[in-house]
Amino acid sequence: MNIKDLNKEEYILPGNSSCPGCPASLGLRLLTKAVGDNAILVIPASCMTVIQGAYPHTSIKLPTLNIAFAASAAAASGLSAAFEIKGKSHSIVVYAGDGGTADIGLQALSGAAERNENITYVCYDNEAYQNTGIQRSSSTPYGAWTTTTVKGKLEQKKDVPKIVASHNVPYVATASIAYPIDFIEKVRKALKIGGFKYIHLHAPCPTGWRFPAEKTIEVGRLAVLTGAWILYEIEKGVLQLTGPSKNLLERSARKPIQEYLKLQGRFQNLTDEMINKINEDIEEKWNEIKLTIKLKENL
Amino acid sequence: MIQVLTGNHSAAYAALLSDVEVVSAYPITPQTQIVEKIAEFVETGKLKAKYVRVESEHSAMAVCVGASSAGARTFTATSSHGLLHMSEMVYWASAARLPIVMPVVCRTLGPPWNIWNEHTDMLLLRDFGWIQFFAESNQEVLDTIIQAYRIAEDERVLIPVMVGLDAFTLSHTSEPVDVPEIESVRKFLPPRTNAPYVFDPSNPFTFGNLAYPSHHMEIKYMHHKAVEDARKVILEVDDEWNKIFCRKYGFLDKFMCEDAKVIILTIGSSAGDAKEAAKVLRKAGIAAGVLRIRVINPFPSKELSNILSNVEAVAVVDRNLSPGNGGILLEKIKSSLYSSKYRPFIKGYLAGLGGRDITVKDYIKIFEKTLEAYKKGETEWFNLNLEMTGS
Ligand SMILES: Cc1ncc(C[n+]2csc(CCOP(=O)(O)OP(=O)(O)O)c2C)c(N)n1
Ligand code: SF4
Ligand SMILES: [Mg+2]
Repeated sequence: MNIKDLNKEEYILPGNSSCPGCPASLGLRLLTKAVGDNAILVIPASCMTVIQGAYPHTSIKLPTLNIAFAASAAAASGLSAAFEIKGKSHSIVVYAGDGGTADIGLQALSGAAERNENITYVCYDNEAYQNTGIQRSSSTPYGAWTTTTVKGKLEQKKDVPKIVASHNVPYVATASIAYPIDFIEKVRKALKIGGFKYIHLHAPCPTGWRFPAEKTIEVGRLAVLTGAWILYEIEKGVLQLTGPSKNLLERSARKPIQEYLKLQGRFQNLTDEMINKINEDIEEKWNEIKLTIKLKENL
Repeated sequence: MIQVLTGNHSAAYAALLSDVEVVSAYPITPQTQIVEKIAEFVETGKLKAKYVRVESEHSAMAVCVGASSAGARTFTATSSHGLLHMSEMVYWASAARLPIVMPVVCRTLGPPWNIWNEHTDMLLLRDFGWIQFFAESNQEVLDTIIQAYRIAEDERVLIPVMVGLDAFTLSHTSEPVDVPEIESVRKFLPPRTNAPYVFDPSNPFTFGNLAYPSHHMEIKYMHHKAVEDARKVILEVDDEWNKIFCRKYGFLDKFMCEDAKVIILTIGSSAGDAKEAAKVLRKAGIAAGVLRIRVINPFPSKELSNILSNVEAVAVVDRNLSPGNGGILLEKIKSSLYSSKYRPFIKGYLAGLGGRDITVKDYIKIFEKTLEAYKKGETEWFNLNLEMTGS
């Protein structure tokens, strides 16, 4: 696929109230271009609530159900049930933040995944509660400053795609707003599959991560090229690396993590020891992926 | 020491001064600064407490229930959707008779999403068996939270306490606040004792197991009675606070009520504007007053009917809505006056929902409309031409 093949229609209108360089509105723009007219969006409390704008305006051109913070996967299940019984086929697409996915919404997410509801769930991961002013979430990475982890977060980032994959749903993928084609192809693939589809979209946020607004894509790319964020998809249980991550299995192929960290104010107080730990964690994650791929090859 | 503090930081300082031991909270606008400030106190070692950064409000209150059952002084704070999401555990905390203290930054409920001030969130939980205060100023926020631990932990009470403060008008607005020295607060509020029930393997007991109809009602009666008994303790604690810190609040804040003929009755910070309006009316020779209810549960019915026994007309301003019923305060006040001999004329106003301003001018209008309605009485001569009658 080529960027020129993209749907020309814009579903996210200009002049919305996101911050400059916002990854959440960019992510939704790409997502909606991929899903097209037949979609119904479900959006829990998050930055997207504000980005939509206030009554009587909206910046989203698709039918949108705003819903309580914890409830998106369940509300989407309800939409899906109703359209099924009415014999209508629409794509039900959740677009939720990391807090609404990894924390308060995890129970509903797990429930919908276990029931294999026919919905597509996209989590845009800006790695904190940005809407309420940068508090840690369980998806905030180790070492990152937030207003509730003033000395840097002590715990690791929760691996939500892995949790969802363990429900044995038909499709799980990671993506990044910095690699739009990779993301859109994954969305298109997901929409063709029946049952529960999950895409975890890495979304570097200039406001919360403390980097200049024009560097959103650069930070997103560096997350992938340093190996801190890995692009893959799991189709019917089989994991495959995608995009640049395909060539990053060996540590020597990856850029040094400092290139990613140094651009972001939230990592300014890391000690060498903490950076070592970040490197070790990345390595461990890659080793896990290597093992999964090897197992598959040996089968 | 006088410090310039927002309502949220006043709440955080109150937690610090109360030597809370376990804090668990979840961010929500406009409460977030309370938990951010406490996170800072804990991380910089100013407050020796364990801070549990949970994944939802339901868990925040559940952590408090666990911690309080183990004898720790616990603190949380929330608002609006957070309060409703937590509500199962909110009821649990009071029915388990745990002395938890929780400021609630009062905010509108959605949909539509709205982060501004309204009292519906906290008033919906009026029947949850907590003691409920509403503050008018940031000073009152700080003082009431510290007082709340004394009340909640009193063996005659053992009921959790909510302290309501208005979104933005208090939570994000700075005011001079007299922050007491921690030593004097410690004298007023000694560490929590283990009495009467704290989990301890050397004295095992089970809490919250099944109770048959043969026992359930008595257990609920005891919960009810404890809230009733809190009346006395609330006043005792307030008196003692006054002796040390020279500030006293009581159940009701009476502003020019002694000789008032018309009174605005309301809760929260907006009472300040109502008071300004009363002053304007007084200058015009109208005996106006303002009655602010500080304690919503247990409700000060007796005190209220005493004051209202000399008043002609009362305007109840509800910044909340029970759709299909109207203002929660109006219903409460009417029912609490039912058994009193004298019942003044009462007119209800639903105002300021979703953060809409109620200005001093609006309160003047409310006074005037109320008097006008009172004079007209229940039956009005419609299209009457007074000129024809010669009067
Ligand atoms: C039950 C409940 N608790 C708290 C909130 C307040 N709240 C709204 S958005 C938000 C954070 C959202 O974080 P995330 O899901 O990561 O989305 P982001 O804001 O980062 O886009 C919070 C805590 C709420 N609306 N409802
Ligand atoms: S805080 Fe981040 S995610 Fe939220 S609107 Fe701003 S840039 Fe977008
Ligand atoms: Mg987020």
